[in-house]
Amino acid sequence: MTWQPVIGLEIHVQLKTQTKMFCRCENIWGEGENTRTCPVCLAHPGALPVPNGRAVEWTVKLGLALDCQIADRVLFHRKNYFYPDLPKGYQISQYDQPLCVGGALTVPRPDGDIRVGIVRAHLEEDAAKTVHVGGEAGRIHGADTSLVDFNRGGIPLVEIVTEPDLHSAADVKSFLQLLRQTVVELSISDAEMEKGSLRCDANVSVRPEGDPALRTKTELKNMNSFAFVARGIDAEVSRQIDVYESGGEVGPQTLHFDPQSGSLSPLRTKEEAHDYRYFPEPDLLAIEPSEELVERMRAELVELPGARIRRLADEVGFELAEGLVTSGRDALYGEVAGDRRGVANVIMNQLAGASVPPDSVNPKELSALIAARERIPRSAFDEAIQKTGDPDFSAEPYVSQESLADADSLAPIIEAVIADNPSQVEAYRGGKEGLLGYLVGQVIKATQGSADPRVVNHLLREKLTPLG
Amino acid sequence: MLHLARLARLEIPEAELERVQEQLGAILEAVGKVAELDLADVEPTSHPLYVVNVWDEDNIRPSLSREAALANAPDATDGAFRVPAVG
Repeated sequence: MTWQPVIGLEIHVQLKTQTKMFCRCENIWGEGENTRTCPVCLAHPGALPVPNGRAVEWTVKLGLALDCQIADRVLFHRKNYFYPDLPKGYQISQYDQPLCVGGALTVPRPDGDIRVGIVRAHLEEDAAKTVHVGGEAGRIHGADTSLVDFNRGGIPLVEIVTEPDLHSAADVKSFLQLLRQTVVELSISDAEMEKGSLRCDANVSVRPEGDPALRTKTELKNMNSFAFVARGIDAEVSRQIDVYESGGEVGPQTLHFDPQSGSLSPLRTKEEAHDYRYFPEPDLLAIEPSEELVERMRAELVELPGARIRRLADEVGFELAEGLVTSGRDALYGEVAGDRRGVANVIMNQLAGASVPPDSVNPKELSALIAARERIPRSAFDEAIQKTGDPDFSAEPYVSQESLADADSLAPIIEAVIADNPSQVEAYRGGKEGLLGYLVGQVIKATQGSADPRVVNHLLREKLTPLG
Repeated sequence: MLHLARLARLEIPEAELERVQEQLGAILEAVGKVAELDLADVEPTSHPLYVVNVWDEDNIRPSLSREAALANAPDATDGAFRVPAVG
């Protein structure tokens, strides 16, 4: 039987406002623990929340980018549970009247677009950060403890819930990368998974291909990179298929993916977590987004990355197009002259590999460098790539270098390499063609990278193949 | 009853269970009176004030010092609140 994975996502995005959601403590990452707190975000008795107007606006803007309806009337609710990361005993969130509902994000894939429905996008506050401490501290105090940093508590968080419209880990990865790039281009979040400013939970089930009914889903929690999300989903999909094929039933579960071992383990859930007893937050008034606000946000939208991937895929193929757009390098690509696929390759491989920030590159100089790529020594090209981000970078000193392509100058070097590698030479003559590449490499190395690989290849082949 | 008490982290001695249950029942009954009215045309009231869109500009105000923040913590270490392990 063929099984179809069915995947829906819950994504949390931290907004990069200046201040927190319900107080004006600074919203900042990586500062000393508990240096950005106040009576509101520490839940001192009597402290009252005041919403961050910019966070409301930005959530509307994101909702519009995701083609959502912006609700006429929006309420904040209290979501009640006890946990040390939540000093009030509840999280202020949105429940049955969220800010944005019913949208979609269209994701280009190699075999056509997929439309991923957006159920809702709502605004809430982040919980504090807890760090589990075991080891020495645990032994001294007789038990393990957790340390709580409330700097993160109260940072504006948008939760985006998708329809179960994704059917493979690769779909999920493309969707997430596109959503991330959308959020980054809206300038509302850094959306960095490693820093936790973009987080993803996945609801996963499988069903026989063609069967419309949905089966029991499990929830994969807090996978903190695109690669882990994909691997976690793959692992869970195979696990569920194994369960069904051996006659079992999949039960509802919350699972944690361990990237080290590749295994899935049930997560200890927040106690009674399903019983949140939502009720309207009495300390906050309703929000009724005005037409003026919605239109002002709509006017700030620019061409979204999905459309650009589709456009570029015609020029350079899907994979390079997706890479350029979702890494924010397509603007540079557009400004650099030259063979389209060649330019895309240099930007996505060499330039990205050298971690050169795309904004720092002068497109004219990069165009000149790429135009000379075949003619100049490999070492000069590589060195130039490393420096393309320097403010005063000029391609001129590199493109004026010539490869060492003159047979007379190369001859003694080739002789020396042949003499130094008798066993490889013998093996090559005996039919191990692949060793030619190794010998070419040795010659190029001996010339500090200045030899033209095509000429060396030709000369070596001539030298090693007995005439007649 | 016990479930509710547990969710609210309330410890109710067994001897008082019946009394608390009665009191809670009375509250539910009182609130239930509303259900006797015909409210088909009435919007749910989430707030007694007819005021909307009250929010603040996104401008930083000073936070508490770390010392002040941690002053009421039963246990603190390395600049953080220390709590029993939560795994």
